[in-house]
Amino acid sequence: MSRYRTKESFETGGLDWLTILQYLAMVLFGWMAIYSAVFNPSNASMFDLSQSYGRQMMFIGLSLVIGIAILIIDAKFYSAFAYGFYGMAIFLCIVVIFIGAETKGAKSWFAIGGFKFQPVELAKYATALTLAKYLSRYGVNFKELRVKLISFGIIGLPMLLVLLQNDTGSALVFLAFFLVLYREGLPSWIIALGFHVAILFILALLVDKILIIYILCGIAALLSIFTWKNRQFLIVIIGALIFSILVVVSVDYVFNEVLQDHQRARINVLFGKGGDDYNVRQSKIAIGSGGLFGQGFLNGTQTRYDYVPEQSTDFIYCTVGEEYGFIGAGGVVLMFVILMIRLVRIAERQKNKFSRIYAYSVACILFIHFTINIGMTIGLMPVIGIPLPFFSYGGSSLLGFTILLFTLLKLDSNRVNEMQSLND
Amino acid sequence: MGNRKRQWFYYILFSLVGVAFIGRLFSIQVLDDRYKSLSKDNFLKKVVQFPPRGLIYDRSGKLLVYNDATFDLMVVPRQVKDLDTAEFCRLLKIDKESFNRKMEACKVNPYRSSVFEKQISALTYSRFQEHLFEFSGFYVEVRTDRRYKTKSAAHILGSIGEVNDQIIANSNGYYRQGEYTGISGIERSYEELLRGTKGVKNIIVDVRNRTVGPYFDGAYDTAAITGSSIYTTLDADLQHYGEALMGGKIGSVVAIEPATGEILALISSPSYDPNLLIGRERGNNFVELMHDPLKPMFNRPLNAPYPPGSIFKAISSLIAQQEGVLHPGTRYPCGGGYRVGGHTVKCSHGHPSPLELRGALMHSCNPYFCYVFRSIVDQRKFSTFEESYNNWYKHLQSFGIGTKLGIDLYGEAKGILKKSDYYNRIYGKGGWKGSTIISLAIGQGELGVTPLQMANVMAIIANRGYYITPHVLKYVDSLGKTGPRFESHNCSVDPKYFPIVIEGMADVVKSGTARVAQIDSVEVCGKTGTAQNPHGKDHSIFFAFAPKENPKIAIAVVVENSGYGSQWAAPIASLMIERYLFPEREQIKRKYLEDRMLNADLVHQKTTNEPVSH
Repeated sequence: MSRYRTKESFETGGLDWLTILQYLAMVLFGWMAIYSAVFNPSNASMFDLSQSYGRQMMFIGLSLVIGIAILIIDAKFYSAFAYGFYGMAIFLCIVVIFIGAETKGAKSWFAIGGFKFQPVELAKYATALTLAKYLSRYGVNFKELRVKLISFGIIGLPMLLVLLQNDTGSALVFLAFFLVLYREGLPSWIIALGFHVAILFILALLVDKILIIYILCGIAALLSIFTWKNRQFLIVIIGALIFSILVVVSVDYVFNEVLQDHQRARINVLFGKGGDDYNVRQSKIAIGSGGLFGQGFLNGTQTRYDYVPEQSTDFIYCTVGEEYGFIGAGGVVLMFVILMIRLVRIAERQKNKFSRIYAYSVACILFIHFTINIGMTIGLMPVIGIPLPFFSYGGSSLLGFTILLFTLLKLDSNRVNEMQSLND
Repeated sequence: MGNRKRQWFYYILFSLVGVAFIGRLFSIQVLDDRYKSLSKDNFLKKVVQFPPRGLIYDRSGKLLVYNDATFDLMVVPRQVKDLDTAEFCRLLKIDKESFNRKMEACKVNPYRSSVFEKQISALTYSRFQEHLFEFSGFYVEVRTDRRYKTKSAAHILGSIGEVNDQIIANSNGYYRQGEYTGISGIERSYEELLRGTKGVKNIIVDVRNRTVGPYFDGAYDTAAITGSSIYTTLDADLQHYGEALMGGKIGSVVAIEPATGEILALISSPSYDPNLLIGRERGNNFVELMHDPLKPMFNRPLNAPYPPGSIFKAISSLIAQQEGVLHPGTRYPCGGGYRVGGHTVKCSHGHPSPLELRGALMHSCNPYFCYVFRSIVDQRKFSTFEESYNNWYKHLQSFGIGTKLGIDLYGEAKGILKKSDYYNRIYGKGGWKGSTIISLAIGQGELGVTPLQMANVMAIIANRGYYITPHVLKYVDSLGKTGPRFESHNCSVDPKYFPIVIEGMADVVKSGTARVAQIDSVEVCGKTGTAQNPHGKDHSIFFAFAPKENPKIAIAVVVENSGYGSQWAAPIASLMIERYLFPEREQIKRKYLEDRMLNADLVHQKTTNEPVSH
């Protein structure tokens, strides 16, 4: 009883208004940036539907309506229909490959009338719900290999389909679910292995491969000396060494044969190895010229005169950086970090596993979008075209993130009614 | 359960990425201020405003060079839409093929404006302008180009042309590719006055290079300042008249006002119409002129060294007097020739002998001046012959011979005057003396004097001992009506030695070799020269100044390979003097002489006659 009293607001349920306020703040800030990016003195009306800021205003309104609807619908609906959504998403992801409208080389959009819709947004949502539902089922234990494999399958199927749509950026977002699985008991070594391979890959592109192999051997030798008597450990070390060397050696092959030309070019640009760095350069100029306080609303020259590519969608963060400076751009980073940490905290206060896994999924999806998108605009990531949640122009993406977040809020508000999961 | 602790993994991961991003933002936004100027480079376009070039006038204020509008047809290929190519080509009078070729060239920069057709004529422009609105992406840029009111004085006025890489490199960032600069004549020497000051208009452009508007409402713009107009010392009428007289002849005329050093006329014949080197045909005409065997582009008065011939005798007379080895009463025998070793310098003029200085000048007695020359260069007061020669050399230099006079025109040559080293190399030290180089006595041998230097020598004699650096700039309008000061130089001969030489030169015209140069009511002093040369017939040379007292004009005329000085050079000089001294006369008094000079075509005659060699 004492827990109920002291942490009343946190435990008694109800809506998490702070998150809703933060959501509204980000969406409106995003809208202002879009307004700046496409501003044209002769067309300044905020609600002009011929302009993207006018349409975005409409999407914001629509998002709020849908958000409210989600909060009204019974919380059981989401787990009940999880597999249905998943099936529909998979179906649409397959169909889009055949009848989708091609945009920048990717066949990931349905164009119906004047509106466009990207099934990957539904796929993200459905995968989150399905993974949560499957793993929270009675009798399913993540420690079992079979469960692990099925989980990987749930994630891997839509990811593969999105790759087939040639939308690599969106496919990368599905990596978020592997992060989620870590919380559910995925062995640390798999996550460590993931980071290890990523670091080796980057190093192999930057530094002489022979040198890396020498260093790896050196580290392995040192470790072996300290653990000489433990034969088992010795075998692990030797195995890891051989694996690492294989990774390093295969980097060239992956880089040259697996990656597509434009992906290779973008990685080269990231590491300063030449190539057409126009987009990244202009993006950095925009953000860099913002200074501490920024040039002010509607005063960003990079944005106003269209030097930044895709400036209302994937590169919307440039407008924030240019017009609001370090204070504004840093503020946005802070807002995302706070939101994501808050979502993990919300996840942890859930009594049932379904809600928790779903909440982690939302946090990790946001994390991947945030990292890739902002990292790209400030030159820390290769150019990968995925939107910045709540900021980038686009109905599909705004509605997608709204549904993700508000479903979480609904589940959270309903947690007092849930039974504690048995196999937590 | 244990996994609950794993939430910290997420907090740390999210925070680490956040910290990395904020660190990066701090570095590019706050620490690095490079990006501000990079963004300016993007949107700020500095459009250079070219001022009209200064005008060029003659000494009496007659306009010689001015500016006219020309029209360049520009295109921004990306903005070209629904072009009616046939109509377009018809209006511009070009064929489809050259349209395609030009368009391809412009498409290298699809968003930038490029010149589609340079300098379309005013007529084409007016016809084209009415239809311009039909051709989106095309517009006309108005520039100014040079126009010449006169067909003469091409070498003095010079021309303008596009800057080359070297000029750009040396201009301290002033010139950019495609801009114009003076490349010869006054256009070159007074480029900095004529060009004015470029202005800059700061405009904002978007990524497609479309103009958005002025930057800060033009607060940082600077206006272009029109170039200063230049009043030259040139007498356009005299220049034109001289060119007409030199028609059909190869050679030079230089006329100087002795008291001021102002160049009145500077003629290089054959010349060309300066209007050939402007506009669209400039390149073709330039190539044609360069290949003309008569070398009309060669600026003879400044560059062509001629053996001065007998004219040199006047200079020797002055130097010898200054050295104290010659007096007006000094007599030398003629005997029809001066023998040195096996060589004889002949005297071609029949005259009484022996003669005193004045008579020797009048009759241009060769042996007399061989004695005079040897008396200068074989003086006992010098311990070696070389020292004596160097003394003579210095005297000549003070007359401007073998040196650049410093005229304010580009490309002046210093002529030929050998230092003693030259002879030492050929004959060995001490292996040569006056008799070795005796040809110099009569202005032949290793001696080359440019027509400008000849006229300057005449100015020195007219001034009795000094000259002002010859120049073509009278004044600059922006500096008030005072001209720049040009330096005065005294020659090494004392003024008291000049009268006897001047008397001798007056005799030359009165009763000597240049009687043809007489002008009614004016006493002309002159000296003919007939310079042998290896290229054919002798050069006909004449120098003069007039009037004898208070001289107004000093002149040197060279007509290449045409014969005696009295045949061509003297009449031309005399006619020009008359024209200059009597501007009120509607007609030259000696019509027959004028006609003979105007109508003589020695260039084409030369091709039929065998060159006569002496």
